[in-house]
Amino acid sequence: MKTKSIASLLLTTALTFAVTGVASAQDKTVKIGALSDQSGLYADLGGPGSTLAAQMAVEDSGLAAKGWKIDIISGDHQNKPDIGTAIARQWFDVDKVDIIVDVPNSGVALAVNNVVKEKNGVYINSGAATSDLTNAQCSPNTVHWTYDTYMLAHTTGQALVKAGGDSWFFLTADYAFGAALERDTTAVVTANGGKVIGGVKHPLNTPDFSSFLLQAQSSKAKIIGLANAGGDTTNTIKQAAEFGIGKGGQKLAALLLFLTDIKAIGLETAQGLNFTETFYWDMNDQTRAFSKRFAEKMKNNAPPTMVQAGVYAGVRHYLKALDALGGNPHDGVKVVEKMKSMPTEDDLFGKGEIQPNGRTIHSAYLFEVKKPSESKGPWDFYKLVGTVPGDQAFTPLSESKCALLKK
Amino acid sequence: MRATFKGTPKGSGAGSMQALYAQLLVGLINGSFYALLSLGLAVIFGMLNIINFAHGALYMMGAFVAYFLLNLGGINYWWALLFAPIIVGIFGMILERTMLQWLTGLDHLYGLLLTFGIALIVQGVFQNYFGSSGLPYAIPDQLKGGMNLGFMFLPIYRGWVVVFSLVVCLATWFLIEKTQLGAYLRAATENPTLVRAFGINVPRMITLTYGLGVGLAALAGVLSAPINQVRPLMGADLIIVVFAVVVIGGMGSIMGSIITGFALGVIEGLTKYFYPEASNTVVFVLMVLVLLVKPTGLTGRAA
Repeated sequence: MKTKSIASLLLTTALTFAVTGVASAQDKTVKIGALSDQSGLYADLGGPGSTLAAQMAVEDSGLAAKGWKIDIISGDHQNKPDIGTAIARQWFDVDKVDIIVDVPNSGVALAVNNVVKEKNGVYINSGAATSDLTNAQCSPNTVHWTYDTYMLAHTTGQALVKAGGDSWFFLTADYAFGAALERDTTAVVTANGGKVIGGVKHPLNTPDFSSFLLQAQSSKAKIIGLANAGGDTTNTIKQAAEFGIGKGGQKLAALLLFLTDIKAIGLETAQGLNFTETFYWDMNDQTRAFSKRFAEKMKNNAPPTMVQAGVYAGVRHYLKALDALGGNPHDGVKVVEKMKSMPTEDDLFGKGEIQPNGRTIHSAYLFEVKKPSESKGPWDFYKLVGTVPGDQAFTPLSESKCALLKK
Repeated sequence: MRATFKGTPKGSGAGSMQALYAQLLVGLINGSFYALLSLGLAVIFGMLNIINFAHGALYMMGAFVAYFLLNLGGINYWWALLFAPIIVGIFGMILERTMLQWLTGLDHLYGLLLTFGIALIVQGVFQNYFGSSGLPYAIPDQLKGGMNLGFMFLPIYRGWVVVFSLVVCLATWFLIEKTQLGAYLRAATENPTLVRAFGINVPRMITLTYGLGVGLAALAGVLSAPINQVRPLMGADLIIVVFAVVVIGGMGSIMGSIITGFALGVIEGLTKYFYPEASNTVVFVLMVLVLLVKPTGLTGRAA
């Protein structure tokens, strides 16, 4: 009796393995989970637009014609790491999701990073800023697209120090992202002979910055570095103008600024700000064509932000890798290895590559916000002032502390 | 390796005192919004016995109406101060007539759930059409710029907010506590049947009171439009703090809510100065302390 049940158990197990083994060779089903802040302060820069970007990537990949079946689901992490990880776990365990994309908010992003690694899924992060995703906390399952805090510090930050901004005061969002951006920028400032003379940490999603701005003002620092994002940044910039910061000789360094932020601030207040992005809708014919298609499907006809563009490019590259593998192995490490072995190329970011630590390398662009008189359309905001090649913008592998590099 | 900073100021005593004055003033500005909003809540709770969770959404609507008036109708800020509260007030009165009035006499929980649901729906609709980043609303030309007070640079607009909201708060207090109409209102709350017997249309008065409370929220929304972004969730972020203010001040107490509103703005400002990380929580810590010592709130009467 007992031996019989063990035998049947073994048989079932063997059969299961055999079945899954056969299935993985030809399995052409994929499930993509777009995890984002769907309604909070980062919803406009990622959110529903990121889900749309993933959908467009699937449509443009042409894999449906080759017999692939690709589903997309989306989730709202509400900027809470516990909610983010709960959704990620449910997606892997119950919904059989293969890949999670977007995930703005560095706190949530790092938490989800661990879940994806544990479940051996694929993780293409576009929305989060922290450079830790491909540095101290890098994972063989993770690809970080679009931008990170190291890049922001070494483009906008460095340019400002070199232009004479040698004393800094930080307004920092009090969570993983703000801390990482402040850390990376501080390193750049001190390496270039500047000094950080103070700073204040504010809670995420603060409506009123006047107290903090007054502290920054009285610090007499030449540069007030904004290590925050989204609604926090727009509120800071607007209120800084109100308190006459700028007229007093101090300069605001918006280290991270998105297209939707400029829309919210208005050109009148935002004009002249210098910042860095890796994608802008009005760069060339390809970006314009994509952005037009994208905006037509968006509720408020907004063109894509760099985060949404990163989701598109990331999903395209992921699907290319799956196509090259000939089927979905449902094995995150294997797919990410394939992605790293192929050079990246798409209409939005041009040519690039994924480094062994998971960092995608592509050009970064220094922009200046146009004057209201220079703007010709509802989303015509940026003037290109400089281009930084990818290998100079992102962490050099020699400086990376990623454990994957030691192999 | 990683530099950490405390919010505590460095430097000479005189310099810090100046910074302290500045923070007190900034606190007063935020307190103006707390006072206007908690006043509206107190009026509604005092007269209708409804915990109006839709207050934040109505505040947001005030800001949006100002935005639409300016961008679609070319109607400027000054007229918006008048029209937005009226428009949103009418919306509020429709809500009262069609939904809230059926809850009279029921447990508070029903009113709370209904208004909370209304708030979610209104915010959801706005978010669907306008996203979450918000829309810019410029400071009116007459109030642009600022003046140097010696210890800080005070934007004229912020000074205006403090003065204007103080006047509105005191006028509302006067209306309810010192006029004939206010006396009817308070009597109607105590004993509606008796007041009706005197030939006064109590349901209409209740509707108008709700309209007044809602109008105050919309007015605060217009005032805040040039300072904050006009965002669908601007009220949701604020309303929780304002409820804490009302609880601390004592539910339904008019003067209590005005004073607590301004006082908590100042306390929050001081926290931003001494320990900024706690600035989002200090109001709730105070609320817990007050509830432990005096459950009816600082100026509240026993129920």
